[in-house]
Amino acid sequence: MPSKYLLFILTICCSIMMLLTFGTSIFDKPFNNIFGYIMVPFEKGIGSAGSWIAGRSEQLVQIKTLLDENKELKEQISKLTEENTLLQQDKYELNKLRQLFELDEQYEIYHKVGARIIARDTGNWYSSFVIDKGSKDGIEPDMNVIAGGGLVGRISDVGKNWSRVTGIISDNSNVSGMTLATEDNLIVSGDLKCMNEHVILYSQLVDSEGAVQVGDKIVTSDISDKYLPGILIGYIMTIETDNNNLTKSGTLSPAVDFEHLSEVLVITDKKQILSDE
Amino acid sequence: MLKFFLTGLTIGICCILQMCVFPMALPVNVFPNLFIILTAACGFMMEEKEGLIVGFLCGMAYDVFFGDLVGFHALLYMYIGYFNGKFSRVFYPEDIKLPLVLITMSDLTYSLICYVLLFLLRGRLEFSYYFIHVILPEMICTLVATLIFYPPILKLNEWLRKRERRSEQRFV
Repeated sequence: MPSKYLLFILTICCSIMMLLTFGTSIFDKPFNNIFGYIMVPFEKGIGSAGSWIAGRSEQLVQIKTLLDENKELKEQISKLTEENTLLQQDKYELNKLRQLFELDEQYEIYHKVGARIIARDTGNWYSSFVIDKGSKDGIEPDMNVIAGGGLVGRISDVGKNWSRVTGIISDNSNVSGMTLATEDNLIVSGDLKCMNEHVILYSQLVDSEGAVQVGDKIVTSDISDKYLPGILIGYIMTIETDNNNLTKSGTLSPAVDFEHLSEVLVITDKKQILSDE
Repeated sequence: MLKFFLTGLTIGICCILQMCVFPMALPVNVFPNLFIILTAACGFMMEEKEGLIVGFLCGMAYDVFFGDLVGFHALLYMYIGYFNGKFSRVFYPEDIKLPLVLITMSDLTYSLICYVLLFLLRGRLEFSYYFIHVILPEMICTLVATLIFYPPILKLNEWLRKRERRSEQRFV
C-alpha cells in the first residue's frame, strides 16, 4: 500500500479516536489494559532498580548534610518540647470545651491505599505520573492522591494494573481551596511557569477584611466536587490585590515535594456528589 | 519479520527509557524526547511508510499513558515520521549533519505544535517564556541525546539492510 493512503487512513483513525475519547471513554478499557500488560511489569522492575540506585547515591551525599541537620534538629527539639507543653495545655482546654459543646471528631478518617510511582510524563508540558495500582486494587477515576500529608493530585485515568495521576502543579489542573483560618474560598491553579519555581498560583480570594496573611494554610474546600475537604494544599507565600480591588491572588508553596516523590497514598473514599436523578 | 520484531523492540526500549529510566536517573527538569529521535530516524533511514508507522506507535504508547486525548500525539508523531521519510532519498549513513538537523527541526516543530494546541489555545500567551524555558532546553537535550542514541539505531539499520540484501541475492 502506498504510504500516502496509509497516512490518510491513519489520520482519519486518529481523528475519530480523538473525537471518541473527548466525548466518551470507550477506548480507555481495551487500550489501557493492553499497554498495561505489556509495559507495567517492565516499568515496575526498572522503577525499583532505579530508585534503589538513586537511593544509594543519595545516601552518600546526604551523610554530610545529615550531621549538620542533626545539630539543628537538636535545637529544634528543645524548642518543640517547650511548645508541646504549651499545646498540651491548650488541648486539655479544647477537650473540655468540646465535651461541653458535644462536638464530634472534626475530621473524618479516610481509607487509603499506598502506591509506588513507576513512570513519569517527560513531555515537559504537563506534570503527571503513573502509579502501580489500578482498577484491580479498587482505584477509580477522580480519587484523591496525597503524599506526606499534602495533596498531590487526583486519578485521571485507570487501567487494570496502573493509573495516571494528574498533579495539582500541572498546567491543566484547578483545585477549589480555602484558607484554613478564615475559610475564604479561592482557586488554586497549576502553572508551567511557576512549576519551575516550585510554587502554585491561586486566585479569586475574597478577603475584604485583609485577615489572610502570608504563611496561612490552604486546604481543599468543602464546595469542591472532586476533592475531599480539609486536605492540606500548601502555605501562602505572596498576596497581591487584583486590579478589580475585590479579589486577591498570589502564590503558595505546595506542602508536597513534587520533585522527590516516589510513593503516594490514594484515598479510596470519593466525594459524594448530588446526582441529577 | 525480523525487521518488525526489532522495530517493536526498539520502540519498547524507548518507552521504558523515556518514561521510567530518565525521570529516575536524570536529576533535571527537562528531558530529551527519544520518541522524536526514533521516529525521525526511522523516517529518513527507511522510508515514509516505516516512518509514519513507527511514529504512530510511539505516539500511541505516549497517549495511552499520558495523553488526555488518545490519538493526538499519535497523529503528531505520524506526520513527523512521514515528512522525515521524504528525506530518505538524500540520506547517506556516513553523513551525521542531516540527521542532526532533521531531528532538531522535528523536535522544534513538535514542541511548537504542542505549545499552540495545548497552551496558546488556553490563553497562555507568553511565547517567549515557554520558548526559552521549555522548547529550547528540550531541543538541546534532544540534540545531545541524538549524539548518544543515533549511532546504535544507525548500526541496527545498517545490519538489517545488509541481511536483506544477502537474502535477496540468495533468491536471485
